[in-house]
Amino acid sequence: MPESRTPGPSLAFSGVTKRYAGGTVAVDNVSLEIAGGSFVALVGTSGSGKSTLLKMINRLVEPSAGTLAIDGEQVGHAELHDLRRGIGYVFQNIGLFPHMTVAENIGIGLWLAGEKDRGPRIAELLDLVDLPRDFAGRMPDALSGGQRQRVGVARALARQPGLMLMDEPFGALDPVTRDQLGTAIRALHDRLGLTTIMVTHDMAEALLLADRVLVMAGGRIVADASPKALLAGKGGPEADALVAVPREQARRLHALEDGA
Amino acid sequence: MSAFLEALSRVPPLLAQHLLLAFSALALGLVISLPLAIWSARRPAVASIALGFASLIQTIPSLALLALFYPLLLSLSVLVGGGIPALGFLPSLLALTLYALLPILRNGVTGLAGIDPAVIEAADGMGMTAWQKLRLVEAPLVAPVLMAGIRTAAVWTIGAATLSTTVGQPSLGDMIFAGLQTQNWALVLAGCLAAAALALTVDALLGVIERGIATRKRARAFVAAGLLAIGVLAALAPLWPRSGQTVVVGAKGFSEQYILARVIGHRLEAAGYHVEYREGLGSVVAFAAAAGGDVDVYVDYSGTIWTNEMKRTDVPSRPAIVQGVGAWAAREHGVGLVGTLGFENTYAFAMRGDDAARRHVTSIADLTAIAPQLRFATDIEFLERPEWAAVKRAYGLEFKSAHPYQPTFMYRALTDGTADVIPAFSSDGRIAADKLKVLADPKGAIPGYDAILMVSPRRAHDERFLRALQPLVGHVPVEAMREANYMVDRDDDKASPEAAARWLEKTLGL
Repeated sequence: MPESRTPGPSLAFSGVTKRYAGGTVAVDNVSLEIAGGSFVALVGTSGSGKSTLLKMINRLVEPSAGTLAIDGEQVGHAELHDLRRGIGYVFQNIGLFPHMTVAENIGIGLWLAGEKDRGPRIAELLDLVDLPRDFAGRMPDALSGGQRQRVGVARALARQPGLMLMDEPFGALDPVTRDQLGTAIRALHDRLGLTTIMVTHDMAEALLLADRVLVMAGGRIVADASPKALLAGKGGPEADALVAVPREQARRLHALEDGA
Repeated sequence: MSAFLEALSRVPPLLAQHLLLAFSALALGLVISLPLAIWSARRPAVASIALGFASLIQTIPSLALLALFYPLLLSLSVLVGGGIPALGFLPSLLALTLYALLPILRNGVTGLAGIDPAVIEAADGMGMTAWQKLRLVEAPLVAPVLMAGIRTAAVWTIGAATLSTTVGQPSLGDMIFAGLQTQNWALVLAGCLAAAALALTVDALLGVIERGIATRKRARAFVAAGLLAIGVLAALAPLWPRSGQTVVVGAKGFSEQYILARVIGHRLEAAGYHVEYREGLGSVVAFAAAAGGDVDVYVDYSGTIWTNEMKRTDVPSRPAIVQGVGAWAAREHGVGLVGTLGFENTYAFAMRGDDAARRHVTSIADLTAIAPQLRFATDIEFLERPEWAAVKRAYGLEFKSAHPYQPTFMYRALTDGTADVIPAFSSDGRIAADKLKVLADPKGAIPGYDAILMVSPRRAHDERFLRALQPLVGHVPVEAMREANYMVDRDDDKASPEAAARWLEKTLGL
C-alpha cells in the first residue's frame, strides 16, 4: 500500500455557526485549529452540535456563518463534489450500497475517478481493514455489523484521503467489535498519517483513541485538552462530568475484582 | 370449434394494432412519469399534485376517458386550425397514457422515498453528483418497485386498449364488440382470450425482468427484454406492408353494418384494394371518421345525419332528406354521398304482437294514454337522440321506465317481457321472426332513414373507388337486407357477418 508520506491536512474553524430556521442554534460561533496528522475526538451528549460541526467540514451541512478551511483552502470555495471526494467519511449507519458487492462498494470511488484496474487496490483495502479477500464478492447483507463498518472504512480510504471524518463510527456495534475496530482505526490513522476527526458520545473511547478531545455542549466547545489533561481534571466541569462516568465504572470494576 | 378457429384468424392484425397502441401508451407513460417521479421524490408539493392528478384520472371510467378525448381533440383541432385527428390512434394513445401514469408514478415515488437515508448520505458523502447518485444508487434500488408499477401499468393498458374500438382505433376490442353485437360468442371469446394472453405474457416477461434486476441476474433480464422486443416486432409485422392502396371500411355497431361493410369490402378487394375494417363505431364517431379520412367508406342513414349532425327538426320527404344530407355533407365536410342502397332502416316502434293486439295498439299515438304502464327498452343511443325527443314531443310519451341495451339485448328484453315497447330497426329480420307489431307514426315524427353510402373527402372524387361501389347503389331491397340481418341475429344456426355478406351478394347477383 503506497502510504501517505505527508501528514494529513490541518483544519481551521473561524466563527462557524449553524442556525436552523426555527431559531435553534446547533453550532454557536466555534473557532478552532486542528493540526495536520492529529486524531481529534469530538465528544458531547446528544444535541450538543458535534455531528453538525463535523458535517460542515464536508458540507453535508452548510454553515450559517463563519468559515472553515482545510490546509488554508476555504471549503466554501471548493467545488462541492471535488471537496467530498478528497475526504473520507464514515458514519454510524454505514450506508453500504445494498445492490453492490463488497468489492463494488469499496471500488465505487475509484470507479467514479475513472480508474480501470481496481482489483489490486480493492484487495489491498480489504487487507488494510482485516477482511479476508474472498469477501470481495459478497453482498453487504451477508456481513455482520462489524464487517460492514470495516467495508465502510475501506470505502472511505479507497481514494487515499488525508482527512477522515467519522460520525459515531462504532455506534451500532457490540462492545467487543467496537473495541477491535477502534484499535484498528487508530492503527490505520498512524500508519497512513491521516488527520482524523471522530464524533462520539463515549468519553472512554475518546480518551483511549484520540490525541486531543474536544467537548461540546450547547453548540460550543466547552473543553479542549489531551486525554491526560482531561483525566487530571483540567477540562472544566462539563468535561469532568463526562470523564466521571467511565472512571466510576472502572472504579467499580476494580472494587468487584478486589472484593472477589 | 371451426367458428372459434375462424375467429382466431382475425387475431393477428388486431393483436398487432392492440400491441402497438398499448406499448406506445406505456412508453409515453414512462417518458412522462419517470421524470415526474424523480421530481416528486425531491419535492413533496409536486408529489401531492402529481399523485392527486393521476389518482383522479384513475377514477374516470376508461370508456369515459376515451370518449372525453373526442370533443377535447375536436375543439383543440378547431383552435389550431385543424389537422389534429380526434378519432383513432391519438385519443386512444392519450387516454391510455394517462391511465398508465398512476402505477408508474406511485411506485416510483414510493420506491425513491423508501431508500435507506444512510445510503443517500453515503452517496453524498463520497461526492457523487445528483446524476451519479440517480444512476448508480437510486435507479438500481428503486428498479424492482418501479418494475412492479410498470407491470401493473402494462396490464391495465392492454386491458383498457380493448375499449379503443369505440373511438375508431382497431384493437382486440373489435372482436369483443362485434361478437357481443352479433352474439357470436366464439368471436368474443377469441378476443378476450387474445387480450388476456397478451396481458399475461407481457406481465410474465416484465416479471422476469423485475426478478432479474432484484437478484442481480442481468442476463435473465436481458433475455426477457429481448423476447419482449422480438414479440413486439413480430406482432407488428402485419402492419409493415403499408401500401397506398389500403382502404378502410367503417361500420357502426350492429349486424347490418357489419354485413354491409363486408359487402363493400369484397367489392373493393375485387377492384384491387387492400381492405381494412373499422367496426363498432358510434354513430357520431362514424361520420367524423369519414370526414377526417380515418374511414374511407361506410353506410349511414339519411335521418341520422339529418337529425344528429344537421340538427334539423323538420321532417320532409325521404328523397328531400337524402338530397339535403348529400349537399350538406359535401359542403360542410367534403364527405361524398355516393347514393342510396335501396332500403330504409328507420326506427320502428314495436311491441310483442299478442300484447299489441290485447291492448289495441296499432300506432304510436295509441301509446300516449297507456305509456305510463309500459316499460321502454332502447339501444344504447336512442334515449339521447333527437328522434326520441321528436317522438316524445309529437306524442307526449312518458314510459314507466326506459333502459338502454345493446341492440341484441333490446330485442331479448321485449320478447322475454322485461320491456313492452322498443324502437326496433325496420330492416331487422327479428321483427318478423319475433312476431313483433310495428306501430305506425301518423304524425311523421321520425324522418326517413335511407341507407346511404358515404365516402371520405379523399375518395369523393376517386373515379376507380366510386366505380367499385356504384353497383351497390339502389340494389339492396329491404327484404334481402332483413333476411341477411336475421341470418346473423337469430339464435340458432347463426351465420357470421362474412357469410351473410356472401349470401347477400349471391342473392343480389353482385
